[in-house]
Amino acid sequence: MTSSPTTTADGPPGPDDRGGTGAEPGAGTLTGDGPGTGDRAGTGVGTEAGDRAVPVHVPGPVEAASGEDPFAQDALPAPPGATGALLRSLLSARRGRVVVAALFLLLQQAAVQAGPLLVAYAIDRGVPAFRADDNGPLIAVAVGYLFCAAGAGVFQYAFIRASARVNQDVLLDLRGRIFRHAQALSVDFHERYTSGRLISRSTTDVESLRELLAEGLQELIGVILAFVYISAMLLYLDLGIGGLAVLSFVPLYALVRLYQHRAGAIFGKRSTAIAAVIVKFAETMNGIRPVRAFRRERANDADFHALNHHHERTNGDAILEMARYVVGSRLTANVAVAGIVLWGAFRVADGTLALGVLAASVLFLRRLYDPIDRLGMFLNSYQSAAASLEKIAGLLAQTPSVPDAASPRPLPELTGGQPGREVVFESVSFSYRTGGEVLPRFDLTLPAGQTVAVVGSTGAGKSTLAKLLARFYDPTEGRVLLDGTDLRDLDTPELRRGVVMVTQEAFLFSGTVAENIAIGRPDASRDDIEHAAKAIGAHDFISLLPEGYDTDVRKRGGRISAGQRQLVAFARALLADPSVLILDEATSSLDIPGERAVQRAMDTVLAGRTAVVIAHRLSTVEIADRVLVMEHGRVVEDGSPTELIGGIGRFAGLHRAWRDSLA
Amino acid sequence: MPTSEDVPAKDSSAVRERSVVRSLLRLWPYVRPVRVRLFSAAFVAVLASCLGLVIPLVLKWMVDGPIADGDKGGIWLGALYLLLLGILEACLFGFRRWLVARPLAGVEAAMRADLYRHLQRLPIAFHDRWPSGQLLSRGTTDLMLLRMFLAFPLTFLLVNGTTILVGFLILLMQEWTLGLVLLAPVVPLVVLCSVFEAKYSLVARKAQDQVGDLTTVVEESVLGVRIVKGFGRHRSQALAFRALAERLRGTELGKARLLAGIWALIMVIPEVAIGAALVLGTIQVADGDLSTGTLVAFLSTALALRWPVESIGFLLAMSQESATATERYFEVMDAQEETADAADTAGPAAVGDAESDGLRFEGVSFRYPDAEAGSVPVLTGVDLHIRSGETMALVGATGSGKTTLTALVPRLHEVTGGRITLDGEDITLMPRQRLRELVSVAFEEPTLFSATVGENVRMGAESADDAALSRALDVAQADFVHDLPQGVHTEVGEQGLSLSGGQRQRLALARAVVGGPRFLVLDDPLSALDVHTEALVEAALRRVLEETTALVVAHRPSTVMLADRVALISDGRITAVGTHHELLRDNAEYAWLMSGADAEGEAEAAGDAGAEAVEGSMR
Repeated sequence: MTSSPTTTADGPPGPDDRGGTGAEPGAGTLTGDGPGTGDRAGTGVGTEAGDRAVPVHVPGPVEAASGEDPFAQDALPAPPGATGALLRSLLSARRGRVVVAALFLLLQQAAVQAGPLLVAYAIDRGVPAFRADDNGPLIAVAVGYLFCAAGAGVFQYAFIRASARVNQDVLLDLRGRIFRHAQALSVDFHERYTSGRLISRSTTDVESLRELLAEGLQELIGVILAFVYISAMLLYLDLGIGGLAVLSFVPLYALVRLYQHRAGAIFGKRSTAIAAVIVKFAETMNGIRPVRAFRRERANDADFHALNHHHERTNGDAILEMARYVVGSRLTANVAVAGIVLWGAFRVADGTLALGVLAASVLFLRRLYDPIDRLGMFLNSYQSAAASLEKIAGLLAQTPSVPDAASPRPLPELTGGQPGREVVFESVSFSYRTGGEVLPRFDLTLPAGQTVAVVGSTGAGKSTLAKLLARFYDPTEGRVLLDGTDLRDLDTPELRRGVVMVTQEAFLFSGTVAENIAIGRPDASRDDIEHAAKAIGAHDFISLLPEGYDTDVRKRGGRISAGQRQLVAFARALLADPSVLILDEATSSLDIPGERAVQRAMDTVLAGRTAVVIAHRLSTVEIADRVLVMEHGRVVEDGSPTELIGGIGRFAGLHRAWRDSLA
Repeated sequence: MPTSEDVPAKDSSAVRERSVVRSLLRLWPYVRPVRVRLFSAAFVAVLASCLGLVIPLVLKWMVDGPIADGDKGGIWLGALYLLLLGILEACLFGFRRWLVARPLAGVEAAMRADLYRHLQRLPIAFHDRWPSGQLLSRGTTDLMLLRMFLAFPLTFLLVNGTTILVGFLILLMQEWTLGLVLLAPVVPLVVLCSVFEAKYSLVARKAQDQVGDLTTVVEESVLGVRIVKGFGRHRSQALAFRALAERLRGTELGKARLLAGIWALIMVIPEVAIGAALVLGTIQVADGDLSTGTLVAFLSTALALRWPVESIGFLLAMSQESATATERYFEVMDAQEETADAADTAGPAAVGDAESDGLRFEGVSFRYPDAEAGSVPVLTGVDLHIRSGETMALVGATGSGKTTLTALVPRLHEVTGGRITLDGEDITLMPRQRLRELVSVAFEEPTLFSATVGENVRMGAESADDAALSRALDVAQADFVHDLPQGVHTEVGEQGLSLSGGQRQRLALARAVVGGPRFLVLDDPLSALDVHTEALVEAALRRVLEETTALVVAHRPSTVMLADRVALISDGRITAVGTHHELLRDNAEYAWLMSGADAEGEAEAAGDAGAEAVEGSMR
């Protein structure tokens, strides 16, 4: 007698392994309606990854209207077959290991399934031989059993380790691919595909694949192998009994298909339902201040109750569907067992079948039907992983609209001892991929060392201009040249030595303040960092933090205001020491003294450098050599500040209004 | 990111077991309503389980009786028994699941609803301390785990315990020597499982934390993608990511090694025992001490018992986890909600024409609840009176406590000293509901919810009609709304159209003014607007401010100009109050804040120092 056939997956679940489908160790029993047999996967963490994997998207009116835009959907369109191709490419790189792991499993199953054969042998041969004082067969049984037990254990060990290697390598590979791809995708992609979705692609979706790999696939292979082995054994023991057992697969297969079909629909609903719950929950907690200030608590309770209740219903439906499947498959299996025993018993009574063969067959039969429940469970985790993989494939199918340079060229040596470089927009125009021209064709030259202020109302195209220069976008037509070199021909390090942009949103990465500044130049010394911070007027507030430059910005006491974040962002840019510096609304959250300090610093910092400064506040203009006024994507005024202020154009008007606002 | 998961207490296991039970008992109030069904289900499961143990006995009876005798009727009867038992067993399985399916989904939902309800009413300070992800994981993963716990481990600890007991009784009754052989591995298995559990939970915990770290890098690289790109730091980000991912892989492989080891042992030990029983049994059969049927039945029963025995270890582990989940859940549920509204909300206790006293701060001091004991409070004795109908601008350097002060008015934080009165009435004596109806706020960080533009704005005043809505949008110069795909019915927020900072700020402003509130608190409401729009909003806002008592945090002269008077806040107290021009003339700090150009000598010096530093920092 042996252990159960398919105990190949993870073991007793630890804290984070709670869904462990393989956590059902020896399912070799008719009575095993154990935790491993279904509900858990149907309802629990096994598919919860799938639940979470369908995150922040619940169909709303907008989607109905803008259904054309793939970015409004959670899943990006993937070319047909991309999911399969992705899975294949992940696995094929480690084909050798997969084969080895499969081999271990094959051997393990062989060792495990030999048990009942030995029982038959012991009863039919061992007993008569022993009665005849021949210990040989019995010793053979003992040794054989020992070998099988040891083999099952050793191969089990080997298989778990080998498959863990494969799984972890696949996950490492996939995580890396998503990460690198997300980083390679251009800013316009990130502007349209919300960060929440991207994050859930690389977390919950990967997690559901992990569940499938760690448990599901082993489960499936184990189940299939067990079916094949046991059927083969039964056929070997007795053709008739084996044939009957194989025949019983037909209704079982039908049941599995039926379940797959029905559960798929219910799971889809359930994961949409939990996603809605999660969105509401997260949104409320993230916006708790306005929730309280505007007395939304009761209205929210009611909304949440509706969503929560809907999830409760679908959740119950899913559990019941699993219950139906379990009853159906158990019923089929038990009827088959009774039938086979009946027939076998008659044949033993007739003398056409050995008693030991019947005994072994019965033992085999009991475990033949054990994996059925787990098959249902596998289907669950497969469905959730397939959905996740499809979403990941959709993401990976996006091509970066700002590709890396194919054959990078260096920038020419700086001449004249000044850090600035000349910028030329040559017949440049820009439209979004979805259509809608933002910048009609234009030419613009910014001589090296010039500080240019760009002003104009919201939507005039100022930021687009800046993003073209920073190569966040590529122009639809024309070229952007830095000292005569097309930006598209520069590799990333070279490009960033050339152009750096400071934006309005001053994001801080976790880590210390010093590390955040050092993003501008990772090899900078502490002195360099402090110099940069002093130059921009950030040193004072940083010194007042609990641990100064070593304060972790995410820890307690690290409360850093929006204005202070912008100062850190400036220090970063200062440290990067680029030829061309772009400031896009980089001072919007600063108070006036802060802004002044920055401007004073800029006087020095920008000297000799080419700079493009975008600001709502016209104070910035005072440090500019030249002002561009933009409207509807066109430069409508271009001149020195004094010229323009003295004139009668738009800028003069704007400037007057601004002056008045300062009064 | 701090992995603020609670580190499991490393008590002795005895203490832990007890506390596991105690933690789990806290679930009782939620389980109580479904107790009948839950207990019935457990009973049904025990029944089904014992039924499974009867089947081998039927087999034995068949082998030793009808089959050996060639009694056809007996065989038919035996098969019929098997069939009936099988059908009964299948039905009981289904029945058990059916019994608990809806009720347990209900328990999960009820706990989640309670959590949500409770969280909405916890002090803001609580939310400042707890990342929303931590709260969310309690509301989802932990609750799912608890539902599973109620559905399985709880039932099956009972069921498997009974099964093992009954099973071994049957085994011992059939042949006690063989029974003892099978019983032998139980002790080492249980010991091994508990040793393993201890080791494994440490590694698993480590893996969880590392997943958290990895997630942080992913999150940040997405949120900060413009910076990563702007400085060309993909490569270093990718390296950092790879290092963490590989560390995680290492931990996961360590986990797999542990698992592989325990599994190998779990496979081998009982197997050896069963093998020994087989050999001994065969000898006994050969000697005629044992019938073949008994041996078959015996081995069948042993097989049936394998799973219950092995499962005990991980059922306990799951209980342990569920206890942790329960603790995590109640950790939040035990936090105090905002103190109940004062019962006595009788009329204003103030005197005279308190009716139109306006907004008054009297000796208000405040310290964040999580601040270190010795630290300086954010606000120390703020005295300020905003007369009814007046607009007061609040000006102060970065970090002077402006935003904190505004949060005190709608009682998002509670003052730690002094009091704030609205028309003479102490806000701590007012029901929050009414206070927040009276006071309308626009935050520095404009948050929109997943709802239509109209709904978002109407959050300021449920009853606002379409005219009020369009008036509010006009005030905020939010005419861009009409260009949205469905106008005011366009969905915005996380699940809808994403709007620019300036657009969100204007909607937040509209939300604050839509109800024509008596008191208005605006925190730098125009910072993201361009000069042109700002001027338009100011003009419109002026009309609104005429009719209300307002406190406006301002960074710029243009915003200050909206106000009748200005209060200067410095080092946690109000140091000057007056009109813009008075302060500009008389107060050096104010002049410096508003123009950045005063305190000449000092500024110059600072500028020079700055300039030097700049040169130094450039290579």
